[in-house]
Amino acid sequence: MQPTFTSSRILLPVRPWFITLTLVLALLLNLMPTAHWPGVPDWVALVLCFWSVREFRKVSMGWSFILGLAMDVADGSLMGQHALAYVLMSYIASSLSRRILWFPLLQQALQVFPLLFMVQVLQLAARMATGAAFPGFGYLIGPLVAALLWVPATYVLLLPQYQPVERDENRPI
Amino acid sequence: MAGIDHSPPPFFKRGPAPLALLSLYLGLSISLMVLDHKFHYLEWVRQGVAVFTTPLQMLAHAPSKGFSQVDEYFASLISLQKENDQLKHTQLEAATILQRHQHLEAENRHLRELLGVKERLPTGGQLAQILYAARDPFSRRVIVDKGMQDNVLAGQPVVDHLGVIGQVTRVYPLLSEITLITDKDQAVPVQVVRSGLRSVVFGLGNGQLELRYMPANADVQNGDVLVTSGLDGIFPAGFPVAKVVHMERDTTYSFARIICVPVAGVEHFGEVMILNPREALPPRPAEASATPAEGDKPASSKVRRIKRSVGN
Repeated sequence: MQPTFTSSRILLPVRPWFITLTLVLALLLNLMPTAHWPGVPDWVALVLCFWSVREFRKVSMGWSFILGLAMDVADGSLMGQHALAYVLMSYIASSLSRRILWFPLLQQALQVFPLLFMVQVLQLAARMATGAAFPGFGYLIGPLVAALLWVPATYVLLLPQYQPVERDENRPI
Repeated sequence: MAGIDHSPPPFFKRGPAPLALLSLYLGLSISLMVLDHKFHYLEWVRQGVAVFTTPLQMLAHAPSKGFSQVDEYFASLISLQKENDQLKHTQLEAATILQRHQHLEAENRHLRELLGVKERLPTGGQLAQILYAARDPFSRRVIVDKGMQDNVLAGQPVVDHLGVIGQVTRVYPLLSEITLITDKDQAVPVQVVRSGLRSVVFGLGNGQLELRYMPANADVQNGDVLVTSGLDGIFPAGFPVAKVVHMERDTTYSFARIICVPVAGVEHFGEVMILNPREALPPRPAEASATPAEGDKPASSKVRRIKRSVGN
């Protein structure tokens, strides 16, 4: 059963260390050598977007800014380029979170796609404005894959919240 | 019903409004971009953040490194033997050339002494292994395994066994970043071997190079080899850089469009040599510094930046 507003599933509260762990893992995935392959999504953007929608009180622009700076340094790209894109994405995601969560998962992915696409386009604009070369259209496939991954990501990232802490025979759920 | 929040929502302590936070962070990141791009002030911030990201990067690259080591271990005996034979062959070839080279170098030194010309410095350097290409898809850079610990400085030229690869642009404690000559607007002062014509070759960002600001009737032909001219005080003279592959002489433009491909294995991975920095050139005469004399050298910000970092 999917945990949306339409379902009656009640989730456990999220653990802060799990959020930190997933964000660090996403950063690690981003730093893998596979990042050059076309269509490999920006994992940090995906996970940040997920937590900004789900837990906007715990993860929002501060995290985005710090992770963006980390990505900038790891990439050796223009300082502040990822930070700008992530912060704006995080802000929009958290302000739209009430609406996005209302939809079934596939439609959520559809709503998230423009956000992830914006991350890519903002970076493209920032770099083209400072005189970098166009990286090719393969650069813009990543957000599409990331939006498709929204569905599995929801299940994986909410996994620790599914199980009740203590099993009780008399409990209805 | 995203979850039962056990802590009640903070009604009274809410922190700054989201819009205020957004404008703060946006302002910060935009000013970071301007400071980095226009003024290059942020190298110390990079060094600081790199202390945290470099271990993560190494961790992320550990699996692929492990796989390649396993792969090497299981490389078949036959291929190794074949490679060994080939290496012996090339070494023998190189040895004869080297013997003659030593003789020629001695003779050259002697002749130079006779002429009273200032001696050319022998170029030395250190070997470095290319670890991976930088993740940034907008630029062409690679990361090598030598850094501040090995006294690498920004601005040092990097070559492989065929020719010039690029230049060290950023140095981290354990790694350094090399901007390839094919990076967009990366400039290398060159000389055409056949005619001795001096110019500057620029990267195009698509794996090719362009010889810009050459008059339409310039003495350049397809197949001409370009070597470093050594005028910049950074690259030692005489290293092969590129080969002319395509020329367009359009009379409507005052400049010829000359496309070259790099000679060295710029986009390949392997071992490279980071050459020692050259001794600083004597300062220019006052007259020349007042008006930038070279008509064929445009004021490229990259050239200036690198020169400045070498000058320090």
